Amino acid sequence: MNAPMTDEERFRKENPMSEFLRMERMPHIWCPGCGIGTVVNSFAEALKKSDLDMDKVAVVSGIGCTGRVAGYMKFDSLHTTHGRAIPVATGLKLANPDMKVVVVSGDGDLTGIGGNHFIHAARRNMDITVICVNNFTYGMTGGQVTPTTPTKANASTTPYGNYEYPFSLPFLADACGATYVARWTSLHARNITNSISEALKHKGFSFIEVITPCTTLYARRNRLGDGLDALQYYHDDSEIVHGADTREVDIEFQSKIKMGTFVHREKPTYLEAVNTHYANVIGDEYQLYGKTTPEREAEKKAQEQANQGSK
Amino acid sequence: MRKVAADPKGVDSGSHFMDGDHALAEGALAAGCRFFAGYPITPSTEVAERFAERCPHVGGLFIQMEDEIASIAALIGGAWGGQKVMTVTSGPGFSLMMENIGLAVMTETPMVICNVQRCGPSTGLPTLTAQQDMMQVRWGSQGDYRIIALSPDSPQECFDLAIEAFNLSETYRVPVFIMTDETVGHMHEKVVVPPAEQIEVLDRNWYTGPKEDYRPYDFTGNLPAPMVKAGDGYRFHTTGLTHDERGYPAGSVEVHKKLLDHLIGKIDNNVDKISKTEDSGLGDAEVVVISYGITSRIAAKAIADGRKAGIKVGAMRLITVWPLCENRIREIASKVKGIVVPEINMGQVVLEVERVVGGRCKVISVPHAGGAVHDPEVILDAIKEAVK
Amino acid sequence: MRFGKLKQKTGIVHINKLWCKGCGFCVKYCPTGVLELSKEYNHKGYHPPYVKHADQCRLCKFCEVICPEFTIYVTDEEEENHSA
Ligand SMILES: Cc1ncc(C[n+]2csc(CCOP(=O)(O)OP(=O)(O)O)c2C)c(N)n1
Ligand code: SF4
Ligand code: SF4
Ligand code: SF4
Ligand SMILES: [Mg+2]
Repeated sequence: MNAPMTDEERFRKENPMSEFLRMERMPHIWCPGCGIGTVVNSFAEALKKSDLDMDKVAVVSGIGCTGRVAGYMKFDSLHTTHGRAIPVATGLKLANPDMKVVVVSGDGDLTGIGGNHFIHAARRNMDITVICVNNFTYGMTGGQVTPTTPTKANASTTPYGNYEYPFSLPFLADACGATYVARWTSLHARNITNSISEALKHKGFSFIEVITPCTTLYARRNRLGDGLDALQYYHDDSEIVHGADTREVDIEFQSKIKMGTFVHREKPTYLEAVNTHYANVIGDEYQLYGKTTPEREAEKKAQEQANQGSK
Repeated sequence: MRKVAADPKGVDSGSHFMDGDHALAEGALAAGCRFFAGYPITPSTEVAERFAERCPHVGGLFIQMEDEIASIAALIGGAWGGQKVMTVTSGPGFSLMMENIGLAVMTETPMVICNVQRCGPSTGLPTLTAQQDMMQVRWGSQGDYRIIALSPDSPQECFDLAIEAFNLSETYRVPVFIMTDETVGHMHEKVVVPPAEQIEVLDRNWYTGPKEDYRPYDFTGNLPAPMVKAGDGYRFHTTGLTHDERGYPAGSVEVHKKLLDHLIGKIDNNVDKISKTEDSGLGDAEVVVISYGITSRIAAKAIADGRKAGIKVGAMRLITVWPLCENRIREIASKVKGIVVPEINMGQVVLEVERVVGGRCKVISVPHAGGAVHDPEVILDAIKEAVK
Repeated sequence: MRFGKLKQKTGIVHINKLWCKGCGFCVKYCPTGVLELSKEYNHKGYHPPYVKHADQCRLCKFCEVICPEFTIYVTDEEEENHSA
């Protein structure tokens, strides 16, 4: 018995992902064996399992191969400028606190050009989820060195090998005040989903790093084979260490990868801190955003109708 | 677009003695702005400080971001989140904002950005006045686009134009700039804040049709599409890439032309509705001084002295600097001997005036390197030169 | 395989060959070896997988999540039969 083959249109429609993806935009631009799509799947699975109102989920990305995620996901979505996904997400969240705002972007975007925003959003415990697709390279621009490229690895702008010291992102996030920090590889799709589920439930700055193959550039330049070889490496050399001290989870070139949920703690979010503080200082009069004009008018109208009814 | 009376919560009605910076913040609050993201910089900081102080009392949110890039990025998120949003800065911060000004233009995101201009280049004379960012506001981000820039000449006008700026940004879905300067920003004068019911503000043009038909963009007319906000179930997408009316990336030369024609057309084809000037003595004028912001007040003295000396000199004060009211300037140019353009820079807006005038009359630039206002005598000399 | 009255679930694998980029993730990480890359090429020049051992599919959907191209999904055979 052979499985029924559907034509493209039917496939778009009947694929359960059509609830989460803009199927009309498929196929996507990512290379064969690139792990970004797996991360998107894992994210969609987490959304599927959550009891969130899908209309209240927003996806924000910066620029890069990973930056294209916002454009493929069927949510309120903003594809912004290089490095600026986090402050755009911050603005969206603060302007519309009912939203669940998720940033999906690359290592270069989030921790190179956007590093300043990353550390401050973590410091403020801004209530957003940040998923970093860490492929150790600037994929979209052709494989240049990033703040996470392991020392010794080859990149197009370190053609004789990298001599810089990389960031260990879980340590960075932890040190800056993130209240949820996890790391997986793109092979560990189920674990990514579980972590994103936890992050979506978590109040505060949650950060999930996913080590992901860039087959075309990073892997090729470093003679690491194809996507399957990358997943084999993740399979052979990864180790789950929940609660690991984030000072001890750095990744050297093709070294062991420690993964798991490293940080999970409670702390008032930025908005909670704002609201509690002003409720204390200002009192009952304080109400963030109060009512909008249409809301007030609708209320007034309802009030008038109620009054007329009672006459 | 719905005209509504201002939300009384944000309107501090009455007569005040305040500086231009504070008046800007009050104007924004009266216009219904409840979201402010900024970063301190002289001489604009007072706007942020006023906002921070007033916010918790009017139900607004103030956040001091980590830098100006983050500030304007937060406005983009805030506006799509449904709020009226504003930031304020001066030269160095303005430079940092440029890339995301382009994103706001491209995504047609309404917002108000105030630049209380100080003297550059670089850190320059950080506490002293200038009008040196007039071309930067027009052209500073990459690519071709249009924005709207207003220039108040008094604290009262800071208040009034803040409201106008929000209304324009909602109408045209474009960043609107209030290009004030250190002098107006720090000058204390009487500012009258009218009762809320006398202040007309425009609600965002919300889309209310069926979800299937929603398009975040409309390139067909001279006005932008209505907006939705995040969370309302429309699942909008917006990108800085060249996009179609669905907001989806569409990397073709044809789509790009359509998009650009729209971004430019919605401003250029509405210049007469957008542009405002304050004119005096144009009827019999042989010379006209075109100026804006604080320089208009200095020019007024020179014009009065000119009239006393028997020169038929008129004035056109650009309340809206960009888009420039080209047709009106051309009209004036065909009737007068000369146009004098004083500004606190080495000659910026004058370049556009010269282009528009196209040799119909003399155009005399009266530059100033910055750090102070002109000596009215210098402007008077130019007026005398122009009638010769 | 039966666990008391619990019937082992069986899945039907739907593959859209057009979007496949032949990375082989689904083939390698299917726990029961249901899939195999075919010899044929799709229009992009990749070898898409085909279902070799349909009866072995345990509906774990790992192929669905690991596929970076969103080009596989798996449905429950029983549900399919009921709705048909
Ligand atoms: C201000 C700015 N500088 C540089 C670029 C060019 N640029 C585009 S994507 C990119 C790197 C993206 O790398 P990363 O964030 O790791 O994403 P990936 O492509 O690896 O997924 C760069 C440098 C840009 N778009 N904007
Ligand atoms: S260049 Fe690298 S990161 Fe970008 S799509 Fe290709 S494999 Fe993925
Ligand atoms: S659902 Fe699981 S068992 Fe079935 S083909 Fe996919 S990976 Fe294999
Ligand atoms: S995982 Fe997807 S893209 Fe890769 S071979 Fe299987 S079907 Fe093709
Ligand atoms: Mg990268």
